[in-house]
Amino acid sequence: MIEFKNVSKVYPNGTQGLKNINVKIEKGEFVVIVGLSGAGKSTFLRSINRLHEITSGEIAIDGKSITKAKGKDLRIARRDIGMIFQNFNLVKRSTVIRNVLSGRVGYHSTLRTVLGLFPKEDVNLALNALDRVNIVEKAYTRSDQLSGGQQQRVSIARALAQEAKIILADEPVASLDPLTTKQVMDDLQKINQDLGITTVVNLHFIDIARQYATRIIGLQAGEVVFDGPVEEATDERFSEIYGRPLETREDEEVEVGESAHESSK
Amino acid sequence: MNQVNEQKIPKAPSKWKHYFTFILILLLLWGSAYQTDSTFKELIEGFPNMFSVLDQMIPPNWAYFDNIIGAMLDTIRMAVLGTTIGAVIAIPFAIFSASNMIKSTWVYYPVRFLLNLVRTIPELLLAAIFVAIFGLGPLPGIFALGIFSTGIIAKLTYEAIEGIDKGPLESMTAVGANKIQWIMFSVVPQVAAYYVSYVLYSFEINVRAAAILGLVGAGGIGEYYDRTLGFLEYDKVSTIIIFTLLVVLIIDYISTKLRENLL
Amino acid sequence: MSSATRPIKPKKNIVRRWVIFIALALLYIWALSGVPVEGFKETAGQISKAIVSGIFSPDWDYVYLPEGEDLLRGLLDTLAIAILGTFISAFLCIPFAFWAANNMSKIKANAGIGKFFLSFVRTFPELVMALLFIKMVGPGSFAGVLALGLHSIGMLGKLFSEEVENIDFGPSEALKATGARPLQTLWFAVFPQVLPGFISYTLYRFEINLRSASVLGIIGAGGIGTPLIFAMQSRDWSRVGIILLGIIVMVTIVDIISGYLRKKIV
Repeated sequence: MIEFKNVSKVYPNGTQGLKNINVKIEKGEFVVIVGLSGAGKSTFLRSINRLHEITSGEIAIDGKSITKAKGKDLRIARRDIGMIFQNFNLVKRSTVIRNVLSGRVGYHSTLRTVLGLFPKEDVNLALNALDRVNIVEKAYTRSDQLSGGQQQRVSIARALAQEAKIILADEPVASLDPLTTKQVMDDLQKINQDLGITTVVNLHFIDIARQYATRIIGLQAGEVVFDGPVEEATDERFSEIYGRPLETREDEEVEVGESAHESSK
Repeated sequence: MNQVNEQKIPKAPSKWKHYFTFILILLLLWGSAYQTDSTFKELIEGFPNMFSVLDQMIPPNWAYFDNIIGAMLDTIRMAVLGTTIGAVIAIPFAIFSASNMIKSTWVYYPVRFLLNLVRTIPELLLAAIFVAIFGLGPLPGIFALGIFSTGIIAKLTYEAIEGIDKGPLESMTAVGANKIQWIMFSVVPQVAAYYVSYVLYSFEINVRAAAILGLVGAGGIGEYYDRTLGFLEYDKVSTIIIFTLLVVLIIDYISTKLRENLL
Repeated sequence: MSSATRPIKPKKNIVRRWVIFIALALLYIWALSGVPVEGFKETAGQISKAIVSGIFSPDWDYVYLPEGEDLLRGLLDTLAIAILGTFISAFLCIPFAFWAANNMSKIKANAGIGKFFLSFVRTFPELVMALLFIKMVGPGSFAGVLALGLHSIGMLGKLFSEEVENIDFGPSEALKATGARPLQTLWFAVFPQVLPGFISYTLYRFEINLRSASVLGIIGAGGIGTPLIFAMQSRDWSRVGIILLGIIVMVTIVDIISGYLRKKIV
């Protein structure tokens, strides 16, 4: 369970990133965050594992405050949260399995991981994770030899190997073509349903959001302007909120540049 | 989680290659330490000496400046003249090493080989040989720097020549130019800026080199290291070092600015 | 053609050309004024002849002498000085490289100080360093090792820091998100990105250090330079010849191997 209590974030330059957010995400939900570029989607997601700091309020995960966690407590909290990025963020020169195993480093001492002495169970866990996203045969290939979709599946495997209870995905399909988009989103959905992992995804496209989400949260200028089940997230409703309909996959060509812009903030 | 399908898992690549490389490097280091008698014990025993030398170097003997200004100017002169000699000799060498200028492999391979040969000999060795021939003084230093910079400038320039745009070469051939005209109008305009930049770069290297050539008697400020260290006058040594650093940094700065303007 | 339509040659370029020309002329007048003209010793021709004939009839017996102090042992010593010196500097320069990299600290001046320090070390000639180390640990190879090890930090630190400046921070962010400690992040996300560059530059520096190591002996810091300078002083030109040949062969072979390895790494 993820709980936002009166969360706000003001950037040093005065921009309001998040504004008084109160949201409760239950275990096993598949939540998609939508909104225009710069609406605060990325800030929302990254404040959950504190890659971004919030300026006021509190975020609690399973009742424990991550906002107040320090040092070891923060690392242990992060260990339970897997994260998937728009640009995959794999170490391109390392092998696939090493990238997946890097999800396990939080469980072991620095010396042990630096020497590469991962226990046998960890290696099995990594191979299992790769098998789940159908890419196990590439385990010992260098990551830069994989296609974009394959790389994103490796980063999903990394989150799985972490044995995360929550998966955060920040624009996971923004740099992928429609076909691989479907594969990656299907993987995320399957993991959510099979393993009951709470999944929070930022998406640009309302049509993909409707297809996969159990619940949609709409953001605008850092505020929650919509929060409800998929059935209520109609085009009419969104046009009313945003003054224009949200983009669908067809607008992709125009949008890739903008979303890259957003993630670079 | 369900069991992984065993057949799908590829075999992990052997780690022996890594272990082997690691052991090889350790052996190399151990052998080198053995060969050179390098031990931590000796290093630690040398520490007190180190501090006493450093202690005597500070403060530098500023009055010594007056004695070495002449030698420093000589050093710069040597670098200027050495670089010039190298820059001139390098031109034919560069042209004869470029495969798009001279089509015959029988010409450009031997010339390149000669250039590589020149670059394997450190400038200090060349200077020592020239001192034996011409006697003490800046002249052997200038020749050593000239030959040394020929190697650098010719190599960089011939690589620049090989990278030029083919179009102008063909059009000059088409208008019926002779070989000299062909080079003047199609090659020179394309590589001139690079060439000047490489000459300046080689000048930077030569200033540093010229500062130590005096150790083998080939003129310049280097002679004063011998003189002052021999009498254990460390305060004068540090004056020479600071002066040299200053001159090198200033020349580097000017040369870098000029090169930025060129390219 | 009417003269009105004709473009006029720009004046600025002509002035610039003259300024450059006059500056160069003055520079050369100044430079040449300092060269002693009387120059050549009368014996110069004779000695050159002796050197050339010596170099073309090398003293092959010197390659291996059972009692020691021969060419092979001298070259081995030179190689060992270069290997150890390069390794020491490759190791020591890593913290300096991170210090001098612009993207590693929020304060820009910090990296600036690091860069200045490295360029200071770079301009300090290794032979002068060797002279000082001889005063500290006594004459011999060890002084040479220390001099190369310290001097190379300057160049390697600069090249390494440029490599660090090119890293992608995405993997670091991903590692941080999995709950990795700072050292683990460095090892898993930063190191794999910079290691190939580090190794390649280290090999390149090794090629340079081998050349330096072959002259260190001239001032008493070990290696093949010592027998070379003795042979020169005693005008034993055929021995000078074999030593020069030995240096050329060794440097060429090492260049080829190192070049091959560097190509394979990238």
